[in-house]
Amino acid sequence: MSREFTPKVITANALIEGDVVYFTAHDTWSRALQDADVLTDEADAALRLLIAEARNDEVVGAYLAEMKPGADGPDPVHFREEFRRTGPSNLFHGKQADIASRA
Amino acid sequence: MYTYSEFDSAFVAERNRQFRAQVERRIDGSLTEDEFKPLRLMNGLYLQLHAYMLRVAIPYGTLNSRQMRQLAMIAERWDKGYGHFTTRQNIQFNWPNLANVPDILEALAKVEMHSIQTSGNTIRNVTADHFAGAAADEVADPRPVAELIRQWSTDHPEFQFLPRKFKVGVTGSPNDRAVTASHDIGLRIIERNGEIGYRVLVGGGLGRTPMIGKVLADFLPEADLLPYIEAVVSVWNLLGRRDNKFKSRIKITVHEHGIDEIRTRVEKHFAIIKPSFAGIDQQMLAAIRADFAAPAFLTASETPYTHARQHDPVFRSWADTNLSEHRVPGYAIVSISLKAHGKTPGDASAHQMRLMAELAERYGHDELRISHEQNVILPHVHKSFVPSVFAALRAAGLGTANIGLISDIIACPGMDYCALATARSIPIAQQIATRFDELKLEYEIGEMKIKISGCINACGHHHVGHIGILGLDRAGVENYQITLGGDHRTDARLGDRTGPGFAADEIVPAIERIVYAYLDLRTAPSETFLAAYQRLGLAPFKAALYKTEAQAYAAE
Ligand code: HEM
Ligand code: SF4
Repeated sequence: MSREFTPKVITANALIEGDVVYFTAHDTWSRALQDADVLTDEADAALRLLIAEARNDEVVGAYLAEMKPGADGPDPVHFREEFRRTGPSNLFHGKQADIASRA
Repeated sequence: MYTYSEFDSAFVAERNRQFRAQVERRIDGSLTEDEFKPLRLMNGLYLQLHAYMLRVAIPYGTLNSRQMRQLAMIAERWDKGYGHFTTRQNIQFNWPNLANVPDILEALAKVEMHSIQTSGNTIRNVTADHFAGAAADEVADPRPVAELIRQWSTDHPEFQFLPRKFKVGVTGSPNDRAVTASHDIGLRIIERNGEIGYRVLVGGGLGRTPMIGKVLADFLPEADLLPYIEAVVSVWNLLGRRDNKFKSRIKITVHEHGIDEIRTRVEKHFAIIKPSFAGIDQQMLAAIRADFAAPAFLTASETPYTHARQHDPVFRSWADTNLSEHRVPGYAIVSISLKAHGKTPGDASAHQMRLMAELAERYGHDELRISHEQNVILPHVHKSFVPSVFAALRAAGLGTANIGLISDIIACPGMDYCALATARSIPIAQQIATRFDELKLEYEIGEMKIKISGCINACGHHHVGHIGILGLDRAGVENYQITLGGDHRTDARLGDRTGPGFAADEIVPAIERIVYAYLDLRTAPSETFLAAYQRLGLAPFKAALYKTEAQAYAAE
């Protein structure tokens, strides 16, 4: 039996800023993981990834990242995705700072 | 210092013009990422976890105050106000915006700097002893030959699509501070019967299959150097494994064919190409040498220095760890630690860069160096100025007295920045430094090199650390593997793996157990950790390291 498909989001880096972005249900890119379209069906995920990859002039390196349900939308399964959505741990830079400055 | 010829300036300007057009075409959609990526990598531009990263070469680690100030300007204007100095004597900017990179490259060109061949399958930035031109133990300054190799290798038509990256390191001193044995080619300038020549090592490298370089030529006459290394690269260019990225470096070629066969092939090819060199390389070398002429050293009283040593214990302690012997009487080599306890190894703020530039200009014959240990060096400071230099450094958070001690840690960017990482490195370095500072044990421990990498690529040199730490991903959790007894110097040695790794919150106590074992086992404070390890081997350290776990199992 094939393994059960775990929920995923499509993520990439923005072409010009280079920061982490997530693909939304409206085919737009968001800086916030909560806005990401959570994909639960394998065939649908593959198709959505093709659509996202075609947006080659907006982003670089789109891929599927594994998620689990969290309190405030999807939560990363792997710590690498946790860093990508937060920023580095040695300095208060990247997303964590952007969120703080917007709040 | 070497200054650009008209040719150099025109070449860099043309490359920048091309890259500006390439960035424009990428942004307007006419180039895909697959097409653009090799072009940006040729200009040192990577895409990391959170942003782009621009790697700027600091050839053989040498720069002047004007260049350092320009790096500060770039950090402030286009980055987040700081830069990261690396083990390859580069500086990395962690946050540039793609659209600004052409302007950054132009700003670099204004001070004769660039990012060319800091990436890709080319001959990379040539590294050298950071005490070059200043060390008391030096046979000859390694920088002229490093510059010659840079000129020869830059845009060399035969070597733009090598099987893999190719790194050259040069030392001019019998006490190797440039880790030459871990380079694809390591050059050691030696003197024999009054004649200068090179011992050529080949096939060193760290990464997934670490190897110590082997001696290819024991004594190569000076005039043969360039054709000889061209022969080495040519032989590898043909033999190197393009079918498998993990077997492509010259270390694997040497391993597969054997050093003797490589030597035979190199000598054969050398005999063919040598006549075509016709001495032009030697004329160039002579001209470059003139550019590296020593500064006009001063003679002055050392009283301010001796006075400060006598009356200021804080100064004395810093001077004991951060000064090294200069070849000229009355002078000292000042190492500025970028390892303040709890800070990121190798990071410097724009403000700190400007201050270091200022000190170099006022007190240091306008010279600065970047060490592979991620510190900054003022190579030529008259001792009478040293107290003023220290006071200024201290006020800017640069007065940490820890060169060569347990908190002077090499750490690669790891998972905090690097897209290839399997675990973080920086926080581990921060925690170790903070912990041993709290314990007030640093000085008692004495010389100790901890080196940390965030994946098997080994950018943090962990294989040659007295204590090496390698961050791995074990089933989705950060895990740290320890090696002991590595040595980066002349008789380089790879460390021995201790056994199972440690979780992030266990690694600092694990290092503590090793250190306490050493303090118990050493015959006298003068026996360094490495010396004790060489005498005793892995066993007693391993026993101490896994002691608590063994006891825990026994108690079950
Ligand atoms: C952050 C982006 C970086 C990337 C993508 C990267 C990539 C790599 C890779 C793939 C290797 C293994 C090469 C091989 O075994 O064939 C390597 C080795 C190495 N890198 Fe990096 N690296 C990065 C940053 C750094 C930094 C920051 C430094 C200096 C602190 C550095 C210095 C080195 C050194 C010294 C080696 C080992 C020597 C060798 O065998 O080539 N790298 N790097
Ligand atoms: S060792 Fe690995 S994690 Fe560290 S900088 Fe190199 S590639 Fe990145």
